[in-house]
Amino acid sequence: MTIPVRRFDAVIVGGGGAGLRAALQLSESGLKTAVLSKVFPTRSHTVAAQGGISASLGNVQEDRWEWHMFDTVKGSDWLGDQDAIEFMCRKAPEAVIELEHFGMPFDRLENGKIYQRPFGGHTQNEGEAPVQRACAAADRTGHAMLHTLYQRNVRANTQFFIEWMALDLIRDEDGDVVGVTALEMETGEVYNFHAKGVLFATGGAGRIYAASTNAFINTGDGLGMSVRAGIPLEDMEFWQFHPTGVAGAGVLITEGVRGEGGILLNANGERFMERYAPNLKDLAPRDFVARSMEQEVLEGRGCGPNKDHVLLKLDHLGPDIIKQRLPGIREIAIKFAGVDPIKEPIPVIPTCHYMMGGIPTNYRGEVVIPKGDNPEARVNGFYAAGECACASVHGANRLGTNSLLDLVVFGKSAGDSMVEFIKNEMPTWKPLPANAGQISLDRIARLDNQTGGEEVADVRAAMQRTVQARAAVFRNSENLALGVKEIQEVAERVKRTQIKDKSKVFNTARVEALELENLIEVAVATLISADARKESRGAHAHADYQERDDEVWMKHTLYYGEDRRLTYKPVHTKPLSVEYIAPKVRTF
Amino acid sequence: MKTARFSIYRYDPDKDAKPYMQDYEVELSPTDVKLLDVIVKLKAMDDTLSFRRSCREGICGSDAMNINGKNGLACVTNVADLKQPIELRPLPGLPVIRDLIVDMTQFFKQYHSIKPYVINDTPPPERERLQSPEDREELDGLYECILCACCSTSCPSFWWNPDKFVGPAGLLAAYRFIADTRDEATNERLDNLEDPYRLFRCHSIMNCVDVCPKGLNPTKAIGKIKDLMVKRAV
Repeated sequence: MTIPVRRFDAVIVGGGGAGLRAALQLSESGLKTAVLSKVFPTRSHTVAAQGGISASLGNVQEDRWEWHMFDTVKGSDWLGDQDAIEFMCRKAPEAVIELEHFGMPFDRLENGKIYQRPFGGHTQNEGEAPVQRACAAADRTGHAMLHTLYQRNVRANTQFFIEWMALDLIRDEDGDVVGVTALEMETGEVYNFHAKGVLFATGGAGRIYAASTNAFINTGDGLGMSVRAGIPLEDMEFWQFHPTGVAGAGVLITEGVRGEGGILLNANGERFMERYAPNLKDLAPRDFVARSMEQEVLEGRGCGPNKDHVLLKLDHLGPDIIKQRLPGIREIAIKFAGVDPIKEPIPVIPTCHYMMGGIPTNYRGEVVIPKGDNPEARVNGFYAAGECACASVHGANRLGTNSLLDLVVFGKSAGDSMVEFIKNEMPTWKPLPANAGQISLDRIARLDNQTGGEEVADVRAAMQRTVQARAAVFRNSENLALGVKEIQEVAERVKRTQIKDKSKVFNTARVEALELENLIEVAVATLISADARKESRGAHAHADYQERDDEVWMKHTLYYGEDRRLTYKPVHTKPLSVEYIAPKVRTF
Repeated sequence: MKTARFSIYRYDPDKDAKPYMQDYEVELSPTDVKLLDVIVKLKAMDDTLSFRRSCREGICGSDAMNINGKNGLACVTNVADLKQPIELRPLPGLPVIRDLIVDMTQFFKQYHSIKPYVINDTPPPERERLQSPEDREELDGLYECILCACCSTSCPSFWWNPDKFVGPAGLLAAYRFIADTRDEATNERLDNLEDPYRLFRCHSIMNCVDVCPKGLNPTKAIGKIKDLMVKRAV
């Protein structure tokens, strides 16, 4: 069967913050560009980001990008690449100003400048005192940013393919990326998109966990496609648990609540973070706060009939601040926790939120993989940005508000790199391989013809239970080893999933089955990578190896799907212009 | 064990000659709080049941549908508050692609038609354009729209003239940019709406206000645009 071909200079997969920011670079360059998104762009999960986007604008107190860089390196527990971190923190002010010029409705200070609030791990002068660095549009910063970027793309006449799901990456015999295969959901038709460059901006994969702040659509599609195409995944053991997910519902409550003065209380009514982080208290970085909360629960000071959560108190801020700065939180608390935070605290638990790892890239957004002696050889024609990419600016733990920043800084950077590559190195298209798209057709045919298999929902639930139980906030050798075995058994079951829906038209059962094939790659990578890392660093807290071991483990994990093996590559210790920030003990 | 009974609009053009209503009954567990929780459970029983969903917290706007005769988001609707059998239909007035999934092309076309972006040809300063907190407050109740289309598809004027009447969502967005002190195109925007249909088909019946899951008030925004039109004519 021949697959119809559509030809573009550039194809962007994903219409969230990173994809839309990159799309502006491509559209403005005059290159023929297609943006594929499996949902209408403003439904991408960037929309759910709440608290802010970081930049050392210094609108409230003195701030410097060097301080932002220090906080990010320390937040990453020294696993972040310092060249990429410098790049991001230096670019942050101009990136935020640009969003403002695009029309983003930031909150304002009395002097008319952008409002900034305190956030976890944001400090002045390398930890001296908290600083107001998070630029905010109430507690709907992601919504404001995503809509603004979409609107800007309307102005730029960007060509969208909405409700098209990319299925597989197309690489030629040289290993270069020459396109993607995609499914038009409305018609069920499969097309090859032939391109000189492909950018993945496919977002996170938090749905590998049973409880997650992530949307249903966060299924790691870019990571699954990469693994199937022989591209390794970097640092997949590092998953951020956000301290404040609504207990039971999983819905996110922004760290901005604590930025505005909210505090965490245990069953004794004690503000326990004062014990764990005497300096930053409730505004310590997320990995630190999440572990402290779990510790309180483990030691019997959890709240509620099952003593399984803690409380986020903010009524002391007063109704005015809550209504002005945290209106969305109030709405969420009322709808999903059944409490009005003006009067009552919100029950919260650490909840899977963000994937620090991803497709390995450099700060130019180019995908880089080991080749011969070079640990970071460029994959021609392949780019990644945003949560699906690992630049690595977040290392072992991301600071709050650095994700929205990551999207716009690296979306733009990857877009620029792509334009440069296509204009300078790609006068014409490399031919599509003869079997382009076959792997996707085989996957769909397998689903259509499968008999005697299992339901997608059942296998997905088994995967989520396994990851939740084996790769949680606190990890240990026994649990991880069990997890590696169990998740590989689930992976075998994924190969035999079955759907009853055989319709061509908007077949969401088929989409969910294809998504599960991506999720499982991420889940297996997570457990195998976590099992191998014999230290505690950032979000990887290992009971049997409680210390960070820079001697042996200050290195990035690379996971290869074809034989489920791991290799490692060095952390970038050389920033672009400033001095190396050497590892220190991480206290707050 | 509590149960929920449903009557759900079904239509798959691949196999159905015409739409029909299908009954479902499902046992509710304590975690089945929101309508979306329960229809996700229904889908695990019958994977052919088709609907859009994403964030499940009322911010992405994917799962708008007609619930017991009123448009709303499944993910923020408490299933316990609904009269049974719960009748689910696609948003009214738009072509149905399949089951609860509608073709939103016309809705987005109207949104695009109002030029939903800040127009300002003055070269920007190096830093942010300044805006007072009071001026910024003018955007509250406007910028929070999630483009779910609950409002426009509950509006009879939009049903009759989806190609000519911008509809409440598009007009709310139009006023969002008119109200923004950084936007310089108020006149152009009013010109764009000066037409018997685009703006003036709104007869203030306020269905849009009644259904908006974000508590926004398109009718009020439309009134303000009409006021500006009048002021400009004087």
